Amino acid sequence: MSDEYENKSSYQAQSSETISGTGSGVSPDIDYVRPAENPEQDLYHAHSFIEKWVFCQDAKVIGVQYFLTAVFTGVVGLILSWLMRLQLGFPGLAGFITAEHYYQFVTMHGMIMVVYFLTALFLGGFGNYLIPLMVGARDMVFPYVNMLSFWMFFVAVAVLMASFFVPGGPTGAGWTLYPPQTILEGTPGHGWGILLMLISLSLFVIGFTMGGLNYMITILQARTRGMTLMRMPLTVWGIFTATVLAMLAFPALLVSSIMMTLDKLLGTSFFMPTILKAGEVLEYGGGSPILFQHLFWFFGHPEVYIVALPAFGIVSDLISVHARKNIFGYRMMVWAIVGIGALSFFVWAHHMYVSGMNPWFGFFFASTTLIIAVPTAMKVYNWILTLWRGNIRINTVMLWCLGFIVTFVNGGITGIFLGNVSVDVPLSDTYFVVAHFHMVMGIAPLMVIMGAIYHWFPLVAGKMLDEKLGKWHFWTTFLGAYSIYFPMHYLGFIGVPRRYYEMYDSPYMTSGVGLNEFISTAAFIVGAAQLILVFNIVKTMKTGKKAEKNPWKANSLEWFTSTVPPEHGNFGERLPVVHRWPYDYNVPGAEEDYLPQTAAPSEVAHTEVEKT
Amino acid sequence: MSDPKIEGFELEKGFRGMAKDTGSDQTMFKGVHWGKAMMWIFLLSDTFVFSCFLIAYMKGRASTPAEWPNPSEVFALEAFGVPVPLLLIALMTFVLITSSGTMALAVKYGYERNRKMCGYLILATALGGLTFVGMQAYEWSKLIHEGVRPWENPFGAAQFGSFFFMITGFHGTHVSIGVIFLFIYCYKVFAGHYDEGKRGWFTKMKGDYVEVEILGLYWHFVDLVWVFIFAFFYLW
Repeated sequence: MSDEYENKSSYQAQSSETISGTGSGVSPDIDYVRPAENPEQDLYHAHSFIEKWVFCQDAKVIGVQYFLTAVFTGVVGLILSWLMRLQLGFPGLAGFITAEHYYQFVTMHGMIMVVYFLTALFLGGFGNYLIPLMVGARDMVFPYVNMLSFWMFFVAVAVLMASFFVPGGPTGAGWTLYPPQTILEGTPGHGWGILLMLISLSLFVIGFTMGGLNYMITILQARTRGMTLMRMPLTVWGIFTATVLAMLAFPALLVSSIMMTLDKLLGTSFFMPTILKAGEVLEYGGGSPILFQHLFWFFGHPEVYIVALPAFGIVSDLISVHARKNIFGYRMMVWAIVGIGALSFFVWAHHMYVSGMNPWFGFFFASTTLIIAVPTAMKVYNWILTLWRGNIRINTVMLWCLGFIVTFVNGGITGIFLGNVSVDVPLSDTYFVVAHFHMVMGIAPLMVIMGAIYHWFPLVAGKMLDEKLGKWHFWTTFLGAYSIYFPMHYLGFIGVPRRYYEMYDSPYMTSGVGLNEFISTAAFIVGAAQLILVFNIVKTMKTGKKAEKNPWKANSLEWFTSTVPPEHGNFGERLPVVHRWPYDYNVPGAEEDYLPQTAAPSEVAHTEVEKT
Repeated sequence: MSDPKIEGFELEKGFRGMAKDTGSDQTMFKGVHWGKAMMWIFLLSDTFVFSCFLIAYMKGRASTPAEWPNPSEVFALEAFGVPVPLLLIALMTFVLITSSGTMALAVKYGYERNRKMCGYLILATALGGLTFVGMQAYEWSKLIHEGVRPWENPFGAAQFGSFFFMITGFHGTHVSIGVIFLFIYCYKVFAGHYDEGKRGWFTKMKGDYVEVEILGLYWHFVDLVWVFIFAFFYLW
């Protein structure tokens, strides 16, 4: 930045300006920031209630819309998991849950939580709200398309929810929707249910593509002056890389959905081999079920990182802010995110070790899977080193971050077990797998979401959430989640298979019955504990204390808007100019323990700040 | 951080310089219109869609036990009493590639603010696209008359019909969407919306001739995809 232009004084006179000017008249040379490359964005302001709150083009409102819709689906997913746990822990207690229902709950719970809840929440919710604010843009680059993106998602959710009410109910094929059983008689929801699911997924992909284009181009092309790529908060890096993954992985989901829809509707045989049913040969024949698995997991594995990378990014920022210390190894963190993203496209068949594919494939995919542990472990070390000798504030946000690190390490280590073919084969389709992926991509990202809610609530709503309730919320959720998933590892080791409606009196269930009851009880408590957050939000909105501007004393741009909560256009008359990365905490010589990204070098000339 | 306005400033050589230039504020692709960058990224994503289709086609063709029909017989067209293999497809391909040429010229005249030429060339492109879709409809109906269905066909493997109708149908949908937009843009060019920067009906964004180029990118992409479909279905 600055020092490269030190002797170009003739040029800086017309272009150097700081928004928080020191009042010294001519700014010194070191404050030089290159002139604007983009013209001022042409914003369309809403003129009516509908334009302002329903078909709104403001990314912040769209973000909140995404957030609320995703949370709604998440609540549905949570209720489904309760019903499943009710059946598993206390078989037969709830007579209305038949085996068909159970499979439908499993399927819908999985699909909702992975796609409609986590993906939509991180990219649609946090992405829309935070990207323009954090990179210093007035809005997304194409607000109209962004609005369409949300409404497409909304329609996708409506279609998905409609499948609960059609004849035959929702599909019960498992969230992986493996053919041929998915569309054949005998699988619950093989008529309307699966069709609506496939249509809903296609709509979701189309809607997401519209949003994803916006996120990517806003980050690449619409940053404010001085916001180089290597000065972006890691949140933005995480969301950006996840969006790239989504843009390249969702096509496989779209294609497999279209092909399966045709198999179902027109009787084509893309995925359907010759099938005997009750001694009769069906009309299908000549297709390849394995092809679907490859297409599905080419989407499915990057999808894991679509959820995880934004969580990585957000948690890095939260840890740095609340430990009052710069993130350790920022560049390493960025490259780790990008590297994990790239590698995630070469590991998909580790979900298919038992599918009967060529064993050499297993060898290759086991290697790539274990390699991906390297950048991931680097990130974990960096989070811990960021905490090390930091000025840690043990508040609710920090607790969620610590909870994330613990659960993520736990889930990551079991991932290394499952990445090896020889260990995976006996463990596959047991509760060990269930425990693994719930720990690593269920609970861990959820911890980040919760931390992010407590962190950014003051920005969105202008009020501080109650700390005491927040801590209750954290401890019940954290300990409860551990009580649910930790025993599941053991269930897996003793061989309890997943996706079974009831174990009846299987020999290995002697020690499993009690555990299952315990797990179910914990699940009920953890689910109900989320009401603490709801209560906290309601209470805060009614009686909570007003948040001061930048209550956490953070550096990134979203806290430096002209008003709190930010209005349409975000930054008032002038866009901020960025002079540093967002991690200058506890800089020696500085008056406060933080230097905002907008602080010009001349303002902090007496500090020992590093060039970023 | 290459700033051509600063005299004597030179980028570092090699990867470091490239990385610095790429990461510099504020834009990664210098001087590229936002919409144009979005179209490029969309096309990248769409490339993955078509790649998945074509890879699925290869896998399906390789793994089906039934014999694959001979394309030069199935797609032959009778001309003057003689069956000529691939005649219709050659014509379709020619029309579509030509429409790419007229589109490129439309972009050129658009930037030169030659409203009339730009409009006529977009119209020509749209008509070319329409001809293509028409010929494709003819080909479909011919095959359907011969008994080819998505679920079966008299020439051999059922997957032939499935993949053919699905992939050419998906591509044809792309062309049709392109044609609709070409007609809309044609109207907008003739009405002078891009000269006066009139705001879009829905998007409320100011019109500019760059939109013609963005649509052109999409159109060229659709043509390029056709070349691959052509190679995989008709020549393999």
